[in-house]
Amino acid sequence: MTRLGPRGNLFLAAAALVLASMPYWSGLYDMQLASTALIAAMFALSLQILTGAAGLVSLAHAGFFGVGAYTVYLLGAGSIFVTLPAAMLSAGIAAAVIGPIALRTRGFYFLMTTLAFGQMLFFLFHDTPLGGGADGVFLTRPSMMWTVTKSARPAVFLLLNLVTLSLMYLGLWWLMGTMFGHALLGIRINEDRMRATGHDVQRLKLIAFIVSGALAGLAGHMAALTDAFVSPEILDWHHSAEALLMILLGGIGVLHGPIVGAFALTLVREFGQSVTERQRLIEGMVILAAVLLLRRGLAGWRR
Amino acid sequence: MKLEARGLTRRFGGLIAVADVSIELRTGRAHAVIGPNGAGKSTLVNLLFGTPRPDEGRIFLNGTDITLLPAWRRSRAGIGRSFQRTNLFPAMTVLENVRLAAQGSVHGWRLLRGAREDRGTRDTAVAALDQVGLTAFASDLAGALSHGQRRLLEIALVLATSPGVLLLDEPLAGLGAEETAPVVTLLRTLATNFAMLLVEHDMDVVFAVADEITVMVDGRVLETGTPDAIRRSGPVRDAYLGHRE
Repeated sequence: MTRLGPRGNLFLAAAALVLASMPYWSGLYDMQLASTALIAAMFALSLQILTGAAGLVSLAHAGFFGVGAYTVYLLGAGSIFVTLPAAMLSAGIAAAVIGPIALRTRGFYFLMTTLAFGQMLFFLFHDTPLGGGADGVFLTRPSMMWTVTKSARPAVFLLLNLVTLSLMYLGLWWLMGTMFGHALLGIRINEDRMRATGHDVQRLKLIAFIVSGALAGLAGHMAALTDAFVSPEILDWHHSAEALLMILLGGIGVLHGPIVGAFALTLVREFGQSVTERQRLIEGMVILAAVLLLRRGLAGWRR
Repeated sequence: MKLEARGLTRRFGGLIAVADVSIELRTGRAHAVIGPNGAGKSTLVNLLFGTPRPDEGRIFLNGTDITLLPAWRRSRAGIGRSFQRTNLFPAMTVLENVRLAAQGSVHGWRLLRGAREDRGTRDTAVAALDQVGLTAFASDLAGALSHGQRRLLEIALVLATSPGVLLLDEPLAGLGAEETAPVVTLLRTLATNFAMLLVEHDMDVVFAVADEITVMVDGRVLETGTPDAIRRSGPVRDAYLGHRE
């Protein structure tokens, strides 16, 4: 997995500016749609350091997203400066508990183990009183530094989500340039060689798993904040698969691939809904075409 | 440095791959292990490196029992191994291959330093490349190297982990006559500075490099001795060398 150079990052920054200017030229609905895409992008991007970098395909990721989101509900009302770190912490802890067991397996078995753990988290919120019901619950939004009127919400959340995604991207961009990031790349390519040259592969994988889980929790937190609603569905393994799909669609070989994939899939879904009731059919065909024709994903089409 | 194995035994199902093998490696001495295919030479290297662990027997590094140490800890303790089948990061540059190997012992917050900016691992990598003579190819992709160069890079990866003990599993595998010479020269240099175990099929190379030779047949040690003694040994001729004549 490679990172964008300065020119590519400039291009991303320009795209971010266009999104940031939406309150001046776009309707409320489109801003909400942009927020949906931004949250999906955070979620998929948080998985990229596992899948794209270290080569670990996990189906537990939606569980960590859900733990982050439900943390907001479980804390009741509170300041965002409490709920946000709390969401990352609880998701990180969940990953720190599941990681050591799941990471004992490799390949297909890792996929199945993470599936099992993810579904355990799903049923925890779906079937116990903890989650407030199988149909989901409305929650009180955390308070921010200033009061946000109802009409200003879409614009404020759009900007908040945009800033969060940008910080997450910059943080991961930096991380992938460190020796830790390079070690993850080495693990994907040749795990045995990494062990043979003294790398503590299990520990490196576990740290990546926890960081990735905590960032998924952050994405979940932003989703809860934006929608003021959480439901067990967000913990379901379908949601994890969706993040993997976004990575595949956008490009597994580049750090920003998931961002491109998340926006592409959100837009395709929206377009599909506007022309037919069978929008999944259009989604499926677009993904199929992208995977067959663009082996490196949308973000990697030039190479 | 001194690596000592006592009574190593490893079974795979009903097959005894290595049976009661003892061996001692010291700095400045090259110890070659020879024997026909299936004699258990590669398994011996694997056992010494901890993948897998032996069923019986113990391994000591400078007197400390390391029998249960996982491979990555053995690497950090100063044991380096090369692989019979070239085992690299093909999509990375030659320098990054070696730098990543040099990074193996880095842990804790130092891992958050920039990989390109870190002087320590880079200097180690540059030195290892220089030692095997691949400096000119530092920025090439490892996958684009010739087979001979890959075998040298394989050794550079081991040297970059700053080992005291070298376990080299057929470093000349698949090399043509012209490609062999530089590797043999390198091995002879390395033999003076490291405790070296050399598994090799080419008898000319073995006799040119080794200070001591162990002959293995069917997982057992047939004989251990100086190159001269091995050359003269009757049983060795019958069991192994004789097949070549």
